[in-house]
Amino acid sequence: MIWAFRATGLAMVVAVLAAAGIALAASGDDSPPVTSGTIAIHFSKFVAPELTVPAGVPVTFTLVNEDPIGHEWIVGDAVVHARHRTGSEPYHDHVPTEVTLKPFETKTTTVVFDMPGEYTYICHLPGHEEYGMRGIIKVRG
Amino acid sequence: MRRFLAGFAAIAAALIATTQPAAACAGLIGPNGAVNLLRTTTFAGYHGGVEHYVTSFQFAGGSGQFGSLIPLPGVPDKVEKGGAWTLQRLIRETTPVRRDIAFLSAAGSPTADKAVVLMEVRIDALDITVLQGGGAQVGEWATEHGFRLPPAAPEVLDFYANRSPIFLAAVFDADAAKARGQQIGDGTPVHVTIATANPWVPLRILGLGKRAADEVQADVYLLTDRLPRILPGARDGLSRTYSKSASESLLSDLRSDAGMGWVPQNAWLTKLSINSRVSALSYDLAVDADGNEAPSAIAAGLQAPEPTPGPAAVLAAAVASESSSSNSKVSWAVIIAAAAVIFGATAITLRRGRTVQQ
Repeated sequence: MIWAFRATGLAMVVAVLAAAGIALAASGDDSPPVTSGTIAIHFSKFVAPELTVPAGVPVTFTLVNEDPIGHEWIVGDAVVHARHRTGSEPYHDHVPTEVTLKPFETKTTTVVFDMPGEYTYICHLPGHEEYGMRGIIKVRG
Repeated sequence: MRRFLAGFAAIAAALIATTQPAAACAGLIGPNGAVNLLRTTTFAGYHGGVEHYVTSFQFAGGSGQFGSLIPLPGVPDKVEKGGAWTLQRLIRETTPVRRDIAFLSAAGSPTADKAVVLMEVRIDALDITVLQGGGAQVGEWATEHGFRLPPAAPEVLDFYANRSPIFLAAVFDADAAKARGQQIGDGTPVHVTIATANPWVPLRILGLGKRAADEVQADVYLLTDRLPRILPGARDGLSRTYSKSASESLLSDLRSDAGMGWVPQNAWLTKLSINSRVSALSYDLAVDADGNEAPSAIAAGLQAPEPTPGPAAVLAAAVASESSSSNSKVSWAVIIAAAAVIFGATAITLRRGRTVQQ
């Protein structure tokens, strides 16, 4: 009985610790925005697909294509993505928010997000968005 | 080089007589990305430790180049033009209603940065290249040679390369086919001879280039010395529709086709029909030709080979370490929570044990 009592007490302590740990993990969303980050592409999926960045300052993204096929990184609002879904531009390299990556290529691009909000980034090559190539950048004011 | 489409799959873009609509030929991916979803047919015969793999590429009209990638269980001894009637004869044998009217001699992934070309063969309007390399290397080779690989290709090629790093790339030149006088519907059978411990047929790759909800329809004919054991067993989308001792007339007919002199006097014929959604077709066909042992679950794709840390894991670690201290906070929180849960489970187990003792 003594053992059972001690074990029960221990389990309760442990449960409290677990809850605290989970709460702490959840609070990670409140972390300060970063001004640089790496987004890798592996097996046609964005790795670390969600980033939080500040508004109004330059944010540098390192885009690493680990795949033997080409990909795109297009970030913007719904209007931007609607245009690219039906667009026919084969290559993007003039706008910081639109990057084409050749197989195994790494590129950096620096973007200033003027307005806070959530911006989606997508690979608009045929079939890639449907396959799951999308992620989110949260911009905080 | 003109850009051609491919990456795709087709174990068999099959020929098959056009008089058999149910087993019509499957075409390769078209230049506009459209995929022909018709049925494909493959023959895998196994005798004397050698797999004979016969498939066919159909001329579907149009112009330009089309391509296909096929994983192989080992390095082929020979790639040659297949016989003229083997596939049709098998269909006739296993379609009685109409009559009225492996694995893995894996050589291991090469250390070279690039895929190694092991063999190049020209068969009619088909340029065939046998490659050795990891998934990334073969994918890179295909991309450099104009294949427009679909987004699932990197993972699927890696899936196969982890089991056997040998691939057959076929490029079909429609213009050359026209110049040769080939008509729409004409097939070019290809016969691949591979020494393996057991026959093996890739199925998962049939879904490459298709959408998850698309259907894959294919027939696979197995000719073995005895009744084989097969993995996976019957399931939704995969059924054994014929399993009998091969008739003398069938064996005689097969033997009389070009390159088919190896067909034994007695054999067992199995027909497997695949009618599966792409999303459910996550396996290949592993076979124990003697029927004495369980086929390899690894060869069937039901079990992963020994895991090795891949670039994704390394990258994920790099991303984690690059992140700010907030991420460290999250990581530690997760560790604390996980430790607490483990500790808690131990405590509960301990309590149960003590309670039973009382």
